[in-house]
Amino acid sequence: MLALPQAPTPPARRQLFVGTAVACSAGFTLIGGMMGLWLRMRHRALSVTDGTWVPKKISIPEVPSNIMLLSFIGIGVFAQWAVYAARRDDKRHVAIALGLTGLLGIAVINAQVAVYVHMALPIRSADGSAYGIMFYAATGTFIAFLIIGIVFSFVTAFRYLGGRTSEREIVTAHAIYWYFAAAAFTMLWFVVYVTK
Amino acid sequence: MTTIDTPPQTAPTTSGAGHALSSVAEWITTTDHKRLGRMLIGTGMIAMLGIAVVGGLLGFERIDAATISLNANSITQLFSIYRVGLALFAVLPVMLGLAVAVVPLQLGARSLAFARLAAAGFWAWFFGMDLVILSIIANGGPGGGTSKFVALFIAAFGVMLGGLTMIAISLATTVLTTRAPGMNMRRVPLFSWSVLVTALGLILMLPVAIGTVIYLYVSYRYNRVPFGGNQGILDYIGFSVTQPQTYLYALPAIGFAAEMFPLAARRRMPMRGFVLGALGLVGVAGITGVTQVQHVLPWVGSKLYLGHFGKKFGDLLDYGFFNALPVIGAVLVLLIGPLAFKGGRPKITAPLVFGVFGLGMILMGMLGGLLYGVLDLGLQGTVFEEGAYVYVCYGAILTTLGAVTYWGPKLWGRKLADKKLLPLALLGALATALASLPYYIAGFADQPANSVTFAYSGPQGLWNTLATVGHGLMVLTVAAFIGLALQGFRKGELAGDDPWDAHTLEWAMSSPAPDDNFAELHTVMSAEPLLDLKSSPDLTSSPELKSKRENA
Repeated sequence: MLALPQAPTPPARRQLFVGTAVACSAGFTLIGGMMGLWLRMRHRALSVTDGTWVPKKISIPEVPSNIMLLSFIGIGVFAQWAVYAARRDDKRHVAIALGLTGLLGIAVINAQVAVYVHMALPIRSADGSAYGIMFYAATGTFIAFLIIGIVFSFVTAFRYLGGRTSEREIVTAHAIYWYFAAAAFTMLWFVVYVTK
Repeated sequence: MTTIDTPPQTAPTTSGAGHALSSVAEWITTTDHKRLGRMLIGTGMIAMLGIAVVGGLLGFERIDAATISLNANSITQLFSIYRVGLALFAVLPVMLGLAVAVVPLQLGARSLAFARLAAAGFWAWFFGMDLVILSIIANGGPGGGTSKFVALFIAAFGVMLGGLTMIAISLATTVLTTRAPGMNMRRVPLFSWSVLVTALGLILMLPVAIGTVIYLYVSYRYNRVPFGGNQGILDYIGFSVTQPQTYLYALPAIGFAAEMFPLAARRRMPMRGFVLGALGLVGVAGITGVTQVQHVLPWVGSKLYLGHFGKKFGDLLDYGFFNALPVIGAVLVLLIGPLAFKGGRPKITAPLVFGVFGLGMILMGMLGGLLYGVLDLGLQGTVFEEGAYVYVCYGAILTTLGAVTYWGPKLWGRKLADKKLLPLALLGALATALASLPYYIAGFADQPANSVTFAYSGPQGLWNTLATVGHGLMVLTVAAFIGLALQGFRKGELAGDDPWDAHTLEWAMSSPAPDDNFAELHTVMSAEPLLDLKSSPDLTSSPELKSKRENA
């Protein structure tokens, strides 16, 4: 066996942080791809004579969708607050920040459900329109991301508050995840609720 | 667990049936990257055999285009399983398996980053693949008649893609975070670099396909019209199993071939930075998947006249970026690699021959893919595209056989006999050419794709017979290799730690690689740390090294 020069133990390379960022890129392209196909189907539906995309009699409630977008500003601030507090070993503030992040995540799901209830959009369409299935598929996928984020918040809280305070990296990774969720929702909001 | 932690020791096992059970349980629950890699390679190779048989059956069916011997309803499903299977059951898993097994060793890491994620990815892919096969058998899949099994096909396809994405995330994080001290990105071995590019490309592209699968599934369950029901499935997800997407799947094979050139010459890779760049160019193929659109050169008939330069420049730029850049990357690897032989005679080994033949075949497929995009040639909708697909996929499998031969000693501790493998490499190259080239010719004669009934002037029976023979020879090649590997890696000659007189870090450890890979971390000073060591004055005078080189 050939003997190479031995190295001292290297500093940690923030594996969780990098891994989360890479996974978030995958999530971003998933939502991006869905939005791309949304726009293509929308273009196809509108390019025929008298073509419609959003079914008639369906109104898209703008207040809850805008509130969802605004909620992500709060989520970003709270997630970063957790990072800030973790750097100062302030467990109480970390707990409050993570709790508020998770709570706002739940609030966003609640707002999405309110959109569903208000729209009363049938998933099956008599005229063969793709709008219903694409609306539920896209927003449903994003709800899955929100649930993952809320679980992430709780796992981060359990690990950090359970005494593993040296693992600040998970708090940073948690913040990265929510930034990704905010960016993905901004894209979804613009395509689904603004461009329609 | 970070890669510098010591892995937990496994509990001692009992004898007899208990030992066998615990051994099976260890394999099922393993997070050891070497085992996971071998599981992916083994399963992918077996799938490869099955898919090549399907390819042969479809070729046989096309020999006599007037009659159909298979059930007519099954034809669409067979084409689907052949198309999906070759790329996603065989080529990509085998490539990822090789990467999972080898990349941590090349980087000097003790394990894979997020090894449990990679293990979950393997099982998701494995069960997804099984369910895809089951759904096809039960009359599901594209064109299938049993509704619930069509839905199962779509869901299983998504699970399979999700599994492959998990493995890609694990691999990308491994290369980005677990390199040995001193190994900056320019010093990463060429194979590992190609794996990083592939993994990042997959992370960009596979989720796009998953998003489409979500739409397809919801559409199939609730409203089939917008996405075309069972007939529309491949229209929407087909981009993930065609060119130029397949170039991305084959990229680790190109990286392996690139690594073989300097090894055979026992020299450093000349213009290494260009080779890294060239491998990156092949990765552009991943961006095509993100766009979900085929990028063609749309000048036909009257549009060929001179004029409208701005529009034509735009078309050329679009076509060139997505189709030509990956080809330029592969050509550069093939041009720069042999420069290592300048001034010396290369040592011909089985991995080199497999690698060069495989790279050549992949390049043939890439050139075919380039031509296919030129609409004026009238190749759209013909079997020409299938020829390119088979060239790329079989070429990648051929290269993988070389890679398993090369890294086998590090995984099993034993070496395969070169004398038996060299004829197999020739047979594999012949098989690939026979299974692909006739479709290029038949494509120019307008033989339609995905159809077994057609008529055109020319020896249509001959082209399809040759293609069938090619698939048969490929089955023979892979089966013979599996047989030789099973025998050689169990009872073959002991390989020693560095049987190839190699340059990269994995050959600095004992063979087979121990559980936690490197007992100590090493400092890397160049891209070829072992070559540095072997060319140091202390070692060049070593009689042990001299005799090893003479034997090699």
